Amino acid sequence: MENLAMETTERSVIERAEQRSAPPPEVEAPMACTFQVKNLSIWYGEKRAIDNVTLDVASNAVTAIIGPSGCGKSTLLRALNRMHELVPKTRMEGTVLLHGENLYSSTVDPATVRRRVGMIFQKSNPFPTMTIGENVVIGLRLNGVRNQRFLDERLEKSLRMAALWDEVKDDLHKPGTSLSGGQQQRLCIARALAVEPEVILMDEPCSALDPIATAKIEELINELKAQYTIVTVTHNMQQAGRISDYTAFLYIGRLIEFGPTTKIFTNPSEKQTEDYITGRFG
Amino acid sequence: MQFERAHNHTWRKIKSGLACGIAFVSAVLVISPLGLVFFYLLVNGAGSVNWDFFTKLPAPVGAVGGGMANAIVGTLELLAFAGVIGIPIGVLGGVYLAEYGSARINSFLRFLADVLNGIPSITWGVVVYGLVVLRFKGFSAYAGGLALGLIMIPLILRTTEEVILLVPNGYREAALALGVSRWKTIVHIVMKTASKGIITGILLALARVGGETAPLLFTAFGNRFWNHSLSQPIAALPLQIFTYAISPYDDWHRQAWAGALVLVTGVFCVNVTVRILTRGRTASVV
Amino acid sequence: MAASIAVEESSVQARMARPSRFGDKAFEWLTLAMALTVVVLVVLIGWQLWRGSTLAIQKFGFHFLTTSTWDPVAEQFGALPFIYGTLVSSLIALLIAVPLGIATAAYLTELAPLWIRQPLVSLIEMLAAIPSVILGLWGIFVMIPWLRDYPFPFLKRFFGWIPLFSGPIYGPCMFAGGIIIAIMILPIITSVSREILRSVPDLQREAAYALGATRWEATRIAVLSYAKKGLFGAVILGLGRALGETMAVTMVIGNTPQIAASLFKPGYTLASVIANEFTEATTDMYLQALFEVGLVLFGTTILVNLLAQLLLRTIAVKSATRAVQ
Repeated sequence: MENLAMETTERSVIERAEQRSAPPPEVEAPMACTFQVKNLSIWYGEKRAIDNVTLDVASNAVTAIIGPSGCGKSTLLRALNRMHELVPKTRMEGTVLLHGENLYSSTVDPATVRRRVGMIFQKSNPFPTMTIGENVVIGLRLNGVRNQRFLDERLEKSLRMAALWDEVKDDLHKPGTSLSGGQQQRLCIARALAVEPEVILMDEPCSALDPIATAKIEELINELKAQYTIVTVTHNMQQAGRISDYTAFLYIGRLIEFGPTTKIFTNPSEKQTEDYITGRFG
Repeated sequence: MQFERAHNHTWRKIKSGLACGIAFVSAVLVISPLGLVFFYLLVNGAGSVNWDFFTKLPAPVGAVGGGMANAIVGTLELLAFAGVIGIPIGVLGGVYLAEYGSARINSFLRFLADVLNGIPSITWGVVVYGLVVLRFKGFSAYAGGLALGLIMIPLILRTTEEVILLVPNGYREAALALGVSRWKTIVHIVMKTASKGIITGILLALARVGGETAPLLFTAFGNRFWNHSLSQPIAALPLQIFTYAISPYDDWHRQAWAGALVLVTGVFCVNVTVRILTRGRTASVV
Repeated sequence: MAASIAVEESSVQARMARPSRFGDKAFEWLTLAMALTVVVLVVLIGWQLWRGSTLAIQKFGFHFLTTSTWDPVAEQFGALPFIYGTLVSSLIALLIAVPLGIATAAYLTELAPLWIRQPLVSLIEMLAAIPSVILGLWGIFVMIPWLRDYPFPFLKRFFGWIPLFSGPIYGPCMFAGGIIIAIMILPIITSVSREILRSVPDLQREAAYALGATRWEATRIAVLSYAKKGLFGAVILGLGRALGETMAVTMVIGNTPQIAASLFKPGYTLASVIANEFTEATTDMYLQALFEVGLVLFGTTILVNLLAQLLLRTIAVKSATRAVQ
């Protein structure tokens, strides 16, 4: 039953992607790709955080961005849903295409981008004034959805997808902050899923969690990739190895190497990648 | 030699103890007026706080009894009017300083707000007199409420800004990442998260202006009867206390003490409420 | 079944309202307009006071500040007695409040046992919450009679040879005004000083203790001297409040426009002459003169506050000033 539901949604996601835009000409990339980042550079004031990065993010796969701290991992991730613009005095060059559509074109509202590209943060942040239930549907509510029946449907579905429903179904009226750290993070995932994005960005989602909660989130990521494209930042190399299909190694704002995770971890073509992965620096 | 060093050490110890003693006495002196004022308010005022005090108009000169019903209601009316002006302007202005604007302009505005907070309250009375009373040819509840409302603006603005800045950035980002617009994020997420702090600031400001006399002297002016129109002079508790206190009549003095006791009780109640509220806030935000 | 789910699914995004840039812009402009009221208010006060006193300024010019005749009947107005009264009463207040306030702040941050600190801070905040008029009431009926019966005769007996403490004792007087102002400004001086002492890095204290300093020595050498500038800011902030203090002073200072050497004689301040005479100002020139007094008061307090803010700028004392405003 659950399998069936998954398949249908998967199909619908693909259909939707096709409706939105004509499939991009896939000359080089063999896989279906969600994002195409081309010659992206980002400056914070005078400081260049991202330096001419080009990469394609595969659909329905997990892409991990790794690199030493301060290398621009988070900036690259945030550029995928225009969150980096919240920092004053940012400047960018290059393009980011989501299913062939330029996210940074002047006619595109950042809010629309962020509805299609959800985000999970390092520190779980359920809204402290709201109950568990309110937290999940707040995105829909604030985006103008009023139909209560529909909201209830989305509430249950999102919590189920976030593997949290069974744990909280009787406590939906309790404050979101009453949950444990791992549960809070899954609540945040449910909150992001409720607006039905196409992509989920995760900025070190497990760095504040204990190993058991981390394992649960990793398992969840593995389930979610059937329906969503996931990009995650991590500086835990083992984690990148466990969960990701593709890995991008970033160093001082430059994309050093990008490819299937197995290749990056077993047979990297760049010396710097090998040094980082084997723990020689970072 | 050994002895001398020890002696020196003892002397330093004594000096330290002495300084602690002096500091302790200072602290006692600083808070002693609080105890003394409270003591005399109870001694002189408690006897005259009765049912009549809350329900009757002031008695004419010479007649015994009467109350301050009109002044109590008047103060509440003035506060309501002041709140209508001061709360929205102060809160939204605070939101701007915390959420928008460039660092340079904001620090200038902040600075001006602090300067405004230091301006003597009587100045506001004079300004509103020129602005409203002269123009509309008469003292009025409007003028009094406006004077109090203007005083509230910089107070509320600064507290609102401060508590909004305490809201962790993660909540803003979480809402924006859901595709929620900036202003809805601010109103529904940020301000809601900071609501206890904002309310605290509002209550403190109301308690502060509720006890103000100087700005009302020549705006609200005072009234021995009920106020039937907001364009007429209106009574206020602090004004009535002032008038009675400087009068030559013993009975009025007793009324002044009673009024003062009621006013202080009100102000302290608000302060205690605020303390309870803020305790909740620090727990939920941090 | 499956098909209907698919439709539901794809309509999640479609169900959401289109984001509107108008809402964002409108809200930003609205809040900006509200924030700009602080600019409007400062300009408004200055403009109103200036406009209300143009005639008086033209007529008396600079002499307004230097002559001491205040005669509404003859329409001769000089504000010198009020300026003098304001300065003297504020000076008395500072002489009392500064040592007490700073000592209390030092007690609260450095010397007191931990359990006593928070209750004491709360009490000081309560003191700050007492309305001025109530302190004035207490001043008239409790403080003045007591001062008149005990401390004043004592001062007169032993220090009567100094002009400050000579002459008959009336009751309401400059000295009483200074004391009541001291009580009014103690909370702000104490709280701001406390914030400043708290902002002194612990490293300072530890260094002093490591050298074997006693508690007092550590406080004096490491803390107080380190915080000198900030404490000066606290004092100036207190001065700003003292200059503008109105109701309580009006009730105890005696309200007589004179410049007398003795502190036992009644005085008058800028704020209290406005409070007392504004509604009695029958002629235009009288009202103009009172507006000009207001202008002088506004100008002085704004300068003093500017100075205080500049001194305190680097130190995080926001919460302290808020608590006692």
